[in-house]
Amino acid sequence: MIRIAVQSEAIDVAAEFAAIAGAGVGGIATFTGVVRADDGVSALELEHYPGATEAALRRLAEEAAERWSLVAATITHRVGVMQPGDLVVFVGTAAVHRAAALDSCAYLIDRLKTDAPFWKRETRGARADWVEPRDSDSLAAARWSRES
Amino acid sequence: MAIDLLYFSWVREAIGTGSETLDPPEGLASVSDLIDWLATRSDGHAQAFADRARLRAAVDQVFVPLDAPLGRPREVAIFPPVTGG
Repeated sequence: MIRIAVQSEAIDVAAEFAAIAGAGVGGIATFTGVVRADDGVSALELEHYPGATEAALRRLAEEAAERWSLVAATITHRVGVMQPGDLVVFVGTAAVHRAAALDSCAYLIDRLKTDAPFWKRETRGARADWVEPRDSDSLAAARWSRES
Repeated sequence: MAIDLLYFSWVREAIGTGSETLDPPEGLASVSDLIDWLATRSDGHAQAFADRARLRAAVDQVFVPLDAPLGRPREVAIFPPVTGG
C-alpha cells in the first residue's frame, strides 16, 4: 500500500503512523522532518510542481517498495508557509523485518531531497532567500545507487 | 505549436509569472534551444536564464537534461535544483 500526499495542512504524525501500522507487519520505520530555527529563520516556505511532485514521490515509493519488498510506504510532504517546529515531511515504511524498513525509510528521505520538485525559501527578519542545494544531499542520495 | 511554460522558485520571480503559453518558432531542437529563445523575451527572462548551470527542466513532467531533445511537448517547466525534504 503506497500513500502519497502533498498538503498545506499540518502533518498529523499520529494519524500517519496509525495508517502505516494498519499494514500489520513486523517492522515500521518513520522519519519526520522538522523546520529548524537555525541562523534566525523565522519562516520556511515550500513551493512544489503540482502533479509532477506527487508523481515523483509515488515513483520513489514504488521503487522502494519493490527493492525492499515493503508492505506499505507513506510519504507526506507539507507545502506553503511554515514556522520553526512545524513538521515538513513524514516518511513511513513497513516491512516484515527491521532492516528493510529502516533502509527503505532512509532511502526515501535521501532520494526525495534530490529527486522531487520542491523549493524552499527561508525568511530571516525582513529578508527571504531561496535555499541552495547542498552537495551533502547529492552524496546522500547517490549512496543508494546500485549496479543492476 | 503552443507550449505551456511553467516556472518555479527564483526563475518564476525573475520572470514575473509562474506560467505562460507561447508559440515558439519551428526548429528548436533541444530544451536549451527553447531557453535561448525564451531568454530574448524580456529582461526578466534573460536574467532568469543567465546561468544555465543553475537551471533544471522537465518536459511533459519528465525531468530531462537541458541538452535533451525538445520534441513537440505540451508543457515545459524550468526551475532551479530542488531543495525539498
